[in-house]
Amino acid sequence: MNQKDLLEEIGQIRQIMERSSKFVSISGLSGVLIGLYALIGACLAYIKVYGFKSEFGYRDHYVSDPNITLYLFFVALAVLLVSLATAIFMGRRKAKRLNQSTWNATSKSLFFAVGLPLLSGGILALVFINKGYYDLIAGTLLVFYGLALAAGSTYTFKEVRWLGLFEIVLGLIAIFLPGYGIVFWALGFGLLHIIYGFIVYKKYE
Amino acid sequence: MGLDLSLYNKVFENKIRLQIMSVLMANDDYDFSSLKDILDVTDGNLASNLKTLEKEGYINVEKSFVDRKPNTRYSRTTKGKRAFENHLLALENLIKQKYK
Repeated sequence: MNQKDLLEEIGQIRQIMERSSKFVSISGLSGVLIGLYALIGACLAYIKVYGFKSEFGYRDHYVSDPNITLYLFFVALAVLLVSLATAIFMGRRKAKRLNQSTWNATSKSLFFAVGLPLLSGGILALVFINKGYYDLIAGTLLVFYGLALAAGSTYTFKEVRWLGLFEIVLGLIAIFLPGYGIVFWALGFGLLHIIYGFIVYKKYE
Repeated sequence: MGLDLSLYNKVFENKIRLQIMSVLMANDDYDFSSLKDILDVTDGNLASNLKTLEKEGYINVEKSFVDRKPNTRYSRTTKGKRAFENHLLALENLIKQKYK
């Protein structure tokens, strides 16, 4: 074996270790799109809650009015579903390009790592709605989403870990400053996703 | 320094075996079909190389059933881990040797 073969062999070992343990079919562009959906959702929510009818500096409504809560719930749900569909669709496309399967050992690990914190956070939010602790929901969901990303980051790009950390910090501030949930969601689910998506797109695509 | 080949491992001269071991170093365990997927080899080729690694005592095999379909999971043993690390060291030494 000569020098070149040896280096090639070590390079191959490295590559296969990475490919077998990291799921890279996550599209950066889908991150940007998801961020945009979140911003649109936040605008809809903002207009509904703060409105333009009342005097300057006052809100039209509070988040705890029953029909407002329902409206916000459906806006959030719509953004979530469209985001999931976008992520799956674009992830599949990227997987096809990279010749990777979408449902493999690493994506399964990723799915379960992310799933547990997300499920816990979702259930906790339902409990909060049930008990009427509306102020806590926005921040708590950001924190749990951040924990899910941090947990999942072992199986994919390391940038996901940073995204998770920033979401957690933002969520904690949101809990500390209740009443600005929509603003924090616009920052966390909107702005952070756009920045993250842009970085991943530039770096890996 | 003479060329020390004591760490070089003949078992890993086969590319497939080296790659199987690489996957099992990076992951706690891996199942047969996922291995086949990532290494892009035939069933028979993969199975025979896994058998060799098993005989050497480098990997553990755990057979079970998921939805009545056989599911075989593989993981590295301490012996396998040491052998792989030594082999890498040998490759490294070879590279250093050639630079001199």
